Amino acid sequence: MIGFGRLSRVVLIGLPFAWLGLFFLFPLLIVLRVSLAHSTIGIPPYTPFLTNSGEGIKIHATLANFVLLARDDLYVRAYLGALGNAALATVLCLVFGYPIAYAITRTPGNWRGLLLFLVMLPFWTSFLIRVYAWIAILKPNGLLNQLLIASGLIATPLPLLNNGFSVELGLVYSYLPFMILPLYGSLSALDERLIEAAADLGARPFRAFLGVTLPLSLPGVAAGSLLVLIPAIGEFVIPDLLGGPDTLMIGKVLWDEFFNNRDWPVASAVAVVLVAALAIPLLLAQRFLERERIA
Amino acid sequence: MTLLELEGVSKRFGAVVAVDDVSLTIERGTLFALLGPSGCGKTTLLRMIAGFETPERGHILIDGVDVTALPPYARPVNMMFQSYALFPHMDVAGNIAFGLRQERIDRRRITARVTEMLALVQMADYGQRRPHELSGGQRQRVALARALAKMPKLLLLDEPLAALDRKLRAETRLELIGIQERVGTAFLVVTHDQEEALSMASRLAVMNRGCLVQIGTPAEIYEQPNSRFVADFVGEVNLFEGKLTAAFNCLALDVAGLARPIPLPSRTALPQGTTATLALRPEKLRLWHEPPVEFAIPATVASVGYFGGVSIVQLMVGDGRLLKARVASAAARCFTRGMAVWAGWSPDDGVVITR
Repeated sequence: MIGFGRLSRVVLIGLPFAWLGLFFLFPLLIVLRVSLAHSTIGIPPYTPFLTNSGEGIKIHATLANFVLLARDDLYVRAYLGALGNAALATVLCLVFGYPIAYAITRTPGNWRGLLLFLVMLPFWTSFLIRVYAWIAILKPNGLLNQLLIASGLIATPLPLLNNGFSVELGLVYSYLPFMILPLYGSLSALDERLIEAAADLGARPFRAFLGVTLPLSLPGVAAGSLLVLIPAIGEFVIPDLLGGPDTLMIGKVLWDEFFNNRDWPVASAVAVVLVAALAIPLLLAQRFLERERIA
Repeated sequence: MTLLELEGVSKRFGAVVAVDDVSLTIERGTLFALLGPSGCGKTTLLRMIAGFETPERGHILIDGVDVTALPPYARPVNMMFQSYALFPHMDVAGNIAFGLRQERIDRRRITARVTEMLALVQMADYGQRRPHELSGGQRQRVALARALAKMPKLLLLDEPLAALDRKLRAETRLELIGIQERVGTAFLVVTHDQEEALSMASRLAVMNRGCLVQIGTPAEIYEQPNSRFVADFVGEVNLFEGKLTAAFNCLALDVAGLARPIPLPSRTALPQGTTATLALRPEKLRLWHEPPVEFAIPATVASVGYFGGVSIVQLMVGDGRLLKARVASAAARCFTRGMAVWAGWSPDDGVVITR
């Protein structure tokens, strides 16, 4: 007989697993199954996985979609483009986010709450609207160009929109809070006494930062970087709205395959490869964070 | 020779005066204790010496050099933090070497010094361990080794034993004294534990509400407290408050609620009518079953507390005030609750306090 304590433990552990199984693993398996099908015209627009043609059940699975992804360098370039843009965005978020997070932890208590609130304030508005707002700011006769022309700095509008710059700006702008918050968490948990001890032992402020603050905030750096890198790689709204004709990111390619070309199997294959490609660094980072926690 | 000199050091946090006009000198090679209740400003004073706080007024001189304006990293002092503040991402050897690495010292000399420090605190085999793999007592040793590694002129110890359990505390206290004598560095220990201060320090200062109340050797502080606060805070004490009168051919204290005035020490030189307090340590009290020839006051045994070798007998006298007497447990056995006894002492064992 299962005792109540044991039962509640099973439920407690089982619930999150059931949730993940139902809403993450199961849909992922559907995507995987679609990625192994051929594209057809019909509803749904892909060939069935199992058929029963009288002489037993047959499985139809093809790796053709994955072969296509490897052969057509559009996809490879789109993956690399997404990775490049996302990696740059991560680095820039780190460069801007670290000083901001550090400054917030150094602010007196009553101001800290306000600053954190300001960091999270953009979330109160729809992501889509905020990205649209950048179009109004960046377009040739937009706010920024008008301001620059009015101030006499430039004579003709700068090409700020629909290029690599605007995509990168959009990524950094959108994902900066996801960098700042874990960094803040990790920096504010840092024992002030450790920095004092470093100073006491003769470390000047910069050496104390390099020797104590920075290494102890690495879990925050790792968490923030993952929170920026992973969604940024799959991002399609920002390249779609702010990107130009030469912006190649895998999220947008996936969107186009799915909605414009209505090629569900290829779109699914793109998604499967993306998930696999993201899962590997994620697992590595997880192990790193785990090790830091033990230490 | 004077090592540390504080000249009229004051510090306020908002409206709260944390340290009020403190002047103090500490000699080279001594173990000096700063004793006071929590919140008396002793830690703030220590942090000002380390350089973490800046005094509003006054000067801090180390070896004759004014360090008041120097940042912590430029001062020839090191601190052992109450929480130890060991770097969790470095092993024990890395922690000890941290201070040395800030100087231009070559690697071999750093390694040699780390080994020497590990041996000093009997942690030779623990160099590769991380702080979280150590027990509280081991962490305390590492913190001490790290703070001593740079051979500071003065080592500041903030409640060095507070985080240890009682038995370990007693052992570590002796070790700390041993290490201090071996390295010869002056130690400034901040503590709220009077037993710790009395047993460790060669000199100590008692602090209350930001002010130094009394400075002296442990025996001076204990035997000749200069104020009610010191008498009460350092050790246990019986206090009688009253007015000076003449009786028994000498000065005596007329205490409200007591039938007879209490004789005062013969050295007392205060005018009659002065309000004063007589402080009497519990171990100075003697108990009799019959009225003795000497001065004694009648009392009733209120309780007998057994503390191993000694027992504390609480006595109720006259108006209901309680006195404490410390008696050898063997002798305490013949006193039981409710028993009528006589409590007396030699008048010279008391201390007259006027503030």
